[in-house]
Amino acid sequence: MKPFKYLSPTTVEEAISFYGQHSETAKYVAGGTDVIVKVKEGWIEPDFLISLKKITELSDLHKNEATGELSIGAAVTHATLEKSLMIRNEYPIIYDAVSNIGSLQIRNVGTIGGNLINAVPSADGAIPMIALDGVVLLHGPDGERSCAVKDLFVSPYKTILKPGEILKKITIPPQRPHTGSAYIKFGRRAAMELPLIGIGVLLTVEDDLETCTKARICLGVAAPTPMRAFEAEKLLVGKKINEDILRQAGETAADESKVRDSVRGKAWHRKEMIRVQVRRMGLACMEIIWNNN
Amino acid sequence: MTTNISFLLNGDQISYEIKDHWTLLHLLREEMGLIGTKEGCGNGECGACTVIVDKLAVNSCLYLAIDADKKTIETIEGLASTDGTLHPLQQSFVDNGGIQCGFCTPGMIMSSKALLDENPNAGREEIKHALAGNICRCTGYIQIFESVEAAKKMGGQNE
Ligand SMILES: Cc1cc2nc3c(=O)[nH]c(=O)nc-3n(C[C@H](O)[C@H](O)[C@H](O)COP(=O)(O)OP(=O)(O)OC[C@H]3O[C@@H](n4cnc5c(N)ncnc54)[C@H](O)[C@@H]3O)c2cc1C
Ligand code: FES
Ligand code: FES
Repeated sequence: MKPFKYLSPTTVEEAISFYGQHSETAKYVAGGTDVIVKVKEGWIEPDFLISLKKITELSDLHKNEATGELSIGAAVTHATLEKSLMIRNEYPIIYDAVSNIGSLQIRNVGTIGGNLINAVPSADGAIPMIALDGVVLLHGPDGERSCAVKDLFVSPYKTILKPGEILKKITIPPQRPHTGSAYIKFGRRAAMELPLIGIGVLLTVEDDLETCTKARICLGVAAPTPMRAFEAEKLLVGKKINEDILRQAGETAADESKVRDSVRGKAWHRKEMIRVQVRRMGLACMEIIWNNN
Repeated sequence: MTTNISFLLNGDQISYEIKDHWTLLHLLREEMGLIGTKEGCGNGECGACTVIVDKLAVNSCLYLAIDADKKTIETIEGLASTDGTLHPLQQSFVDNGGIQCGFCTPGMIMSSKALLDENPNAGREEIKHALAGNICRCTGYIQIFESVEAAKKMGGQNE
């Protein structure tokens, strides 16, 4: 591995100033499950790695019980999310997605921020954050700004981040009562494989426990960047949720997707999986809603 | 680009002058001569290099040595007692056919140890989930899961 100097700032400001000194020759690193592989393979050759591990605020995970807002620091690991009972009970879609990322060894160090900024079309962590209407807070040389997680991605491996900018946290707005959510990473096996297709669904219903007031259908590996199937979502809002309407939503989502053939799977197969899994994830949402009532 | 780090390795306090770009695997094997930890893929995919850092199983091939500073590291070398008595997990792998060629074994055992230390009652599904990142080309995994289950009964979570 090509030698580099490792810098361990303890504040976001310090990290940004290190970046200011070294600019293009420096690279931020959190868990390193992506960066270290790339350095080892010689795909990138940074002279400086600026570690975000010692910046304590980036590892903060908490829910503000007064406002209902969830705050996930960028350097929170997948394993921390997976082990949190609050996440498991209240945000099952996050649990579903992070608990099958790589292996436990990867999840023990890999972070949600690294997963988003990597911006691979198959990033498992992106789908739940989009489905939950997450907002990212970025901090760079020019100060802070925020944007919806769904607008973070520009193209494969590219986000809107400007040089030197750091993702500080993802904020999830309060969820309404009677909300259920679920994600499936569909592939040959869940562990150690990138998904053939990733499907996340979130549904909110009225007190009657059937009329849909909000729907999110989010797809990974279905387009160059993680996408929402807006038409399929529209189809559900205002309707009573049952298997039939979910089947229609699955059809619509499959039509909206921009799936392609790749070495790991054919487009027709991916479409078929969207059809089937949107319905199944929708039903899983309803199970959660009924069980919590 | 050298840095002094200190860490607890299998119960011993260690100080070492390391290069910033060394992985923990490099430090253990090439510098310290602890060759129990194996290198398979070098890319986080096989689990042969698994060690425990502050109670968590990690791939030492992707973990920088510099990040081990002030941490507690456990490797396969630290499991047996000084009189040579094997750790319950080691004994159980021997007794239950959990080892064939043995290349994956140190990683398998360290992943299993991290699991049982945290959850001494882990069931088959939890064992599978925790070992999903450890590849074995010989056993077909069943004997490995059985070894972990048997170790559980022997008190595999004990030091
Ligand atoms: C064997 C293996 C299996 C994997 N399996 C999966 C999988 O199943 N699903 C999946 O989605 N991914 C998978 N990954 C990819 C990777 O592990 C995850 O994307 C992980 O979440 C990356 O997080 P990290 O902290 O390790 O990132 P790092 O390697 O530290 O960083 C990744 C990128 O993000 C940047 N970055 C990190 N944090 C910040 C921040 N706060 N602000 C700005 N930039 C930042 C870095 O500069 C770098 O460009 C796998 C990787 C390996 C090696
Ligand atoms: S050598 Fe580290 S995971 Fe294969
Ligand atoms: S015993 Fe040979 S690889 Fe597992």
